[in-house]
Amino acid sequence: MISIKDLTYGVDDEQGKKDILRNISLEIPDDCFAVITGPNGGGKSTLAKVLAGVLKPASGTITFDGVDITDMSITDRARAGISYAFQQPVKFKGIEVIDLLRLAAGDKTLSVGDACTYLSEVGLCARDYINREVDSSLSGGELKRIEIATVLARASKLAIFDEPEAGIDLWSFNNLINVFRRIKEKTHGSIIIISHQERILEIADTVIVIENGQIKKQGAREDVLPSLLGTDSAVGECSVKTQVRETAAV
Amino acid sequence: MDNIEKRILDEVLDIHKMPEGAMNIRLNGEAAERRSTANIDITSRPDGSGINIDIKPHTKNQTCCIPVVISKTGYKEMVINAFTIGEDCDVTIVAGCGIHNCGDQDSQHDGLHTFHVGKGSHVKYIERHYGEAADGRTGGRIMNPKTEIYLEEGAVLEMESTQIKGIDSTNRETKAVVGKDAKLILKERLLTNGTQVAESHMDAELIGEGASANLISRSVATDESRIVFYSNIEGKAPCHGHTECDSIIAGNAKVLAVPALDADHPDAELVHEAAIGKIAGEQLIKLETLGLTREEAEQAIIDGFLK
Repeated sequence: MISIKDLTYGVDDEQGKKDILRNISLEIPDDCFAVITGPNGGGKSTLAKVLAGVLKPASGTITFDGVDITDMSITDRARAGISYAFQQPVKFKGIEVIDLLRLAAGDKTLSVGDACTYLSEVGLCARDYINREVDSSLSGGELKRIEIATVLARASKLAIFDEPEAGIDLWSFNNLINVFRRIKEKTHGSIIIISHQERILEIADTVIVIENGQIKKQGAREDVLPSLLGTDSAVGECSVKTQVRETAAV
Repeated sequence: MDNIEKRILDEVLDIHKMPEGAMNIRLNGEAAERRSTANIDITSRPDGSGINIDIKPHTKNQTCCIPVVISKTGYKEMVINAFTIGEDCDVTIVAGCGIHNCGDQDSQHDGLHTFHVGKGSHVKYIERHYGEAADGRTGGRIMNPKTEIYLEEGAVLEMESTQIKGIDSTNRETKAVVGKDAKLILKERLLTNGTQVAESHMDAELIGEGASANLISRSVATDESRIVFYSNIEGKAPCHGHTECDSIIAGNAKVLAVPALDADHPDAELVHEAAIGKIAGEQLIKLETLGLTREEAEQAIIDGFLK
């Protein structure tokens, strides 16, 4: 279980100090599939980064399986059982998909067959990708799925996915939903997904809405989701297409 | 060969057994072992400057290894090895040099390799350089390899050169003349640390219609070391050329990359890219989220980059 208490995170900008997260308190029990949603700029991704240790909170505590991890490094949190999938996957010149999966699994001898299983899980034809470099030669959707495969390879107690649908095409998005359905069925651990996609929200156990750095709502999906439909916190498939077009235009 | 020399040989060849096929092992200026085959003939040059390697036309799937090992301190040599590869061949050539300096004087290997590659032949050329000093010894390890390549119509040469570690000073020169429909691929990997200096020059002259060249350098410079990379592609016919230099710098290291393109024909298409920078912070963070320490993450990124 991960437990967050009175968590605050701020940055200094031109107008002085600005709080991005304010007094966030939250508990995600074991085997829970939680989706954190809310309008853009509300603090969702910041919370994911604070949980992974990428950002340090100004105050508050984070407890994971009874251990205070607030001051733990990224590495120590990873070793304690927390995985984090980036919203924008990182590219590496020279590092191949098989290398990254071996690093993720913590097993230098991870067989090609086992590595291929993780790629197949995310809908990639493994043989075509296993020796590809994790660089710009891969599309955004391919990088995103490889990013998710690295989290699967870690088989950790808590997996955090930051907007897994961002920047991918509609076909990949449909497959992504199936990937998360399978993860939910197979995984013995907690999953936190940052997303405002209605179809991801539909498979959540718990939905948490963060707005202006604070928790606005939290509860069981059936209690929270109906009030979100039609808002920025639960957008439908058309928005995925729009996002892709906007990305392409940039 | 003693155990140290055998270990150095393993580092150069990147294998842990004696190579099969044609072979010439040069140890402190002497031929320690030589083996020609039915299709690959290795002979001493009449002036004693090195060896001639003649590969018969239509030789397929054969290997030729000609490593150099220096284990004497203060030993310096200049070696000329000339390869003549007949038409329609498909061969792999492994060369390189390893220096174990057991004393306090500099040891130095300078070499010139020439390749005349016949019509339609495919050559893979792998060259590895490695150096080390005995414990507490200060003798430098210096290597200055020159390579000259002539590709006839439709010939392909892929060269992979790697300076693994331990070379204090190197000045590499690689020149190629690429004929009609011939293809040159040069891939260089360089790692420097301490106060080492490495300079590399790559020149490709594309003289035949349909000729192509791809010159790629990846380097990592750390501590107080310095790497200088010059590449130059001259397009003298309808041709394609691409050169790319990527470098990672750390500590107070310095890297200079100068890619140059010289289009001397209206249908020459030439491209260059160069990027120098530290390891990206997000790369380190990604690997840390996989459970690696900062140091392990840096090493994994460098290992992948130079692979």
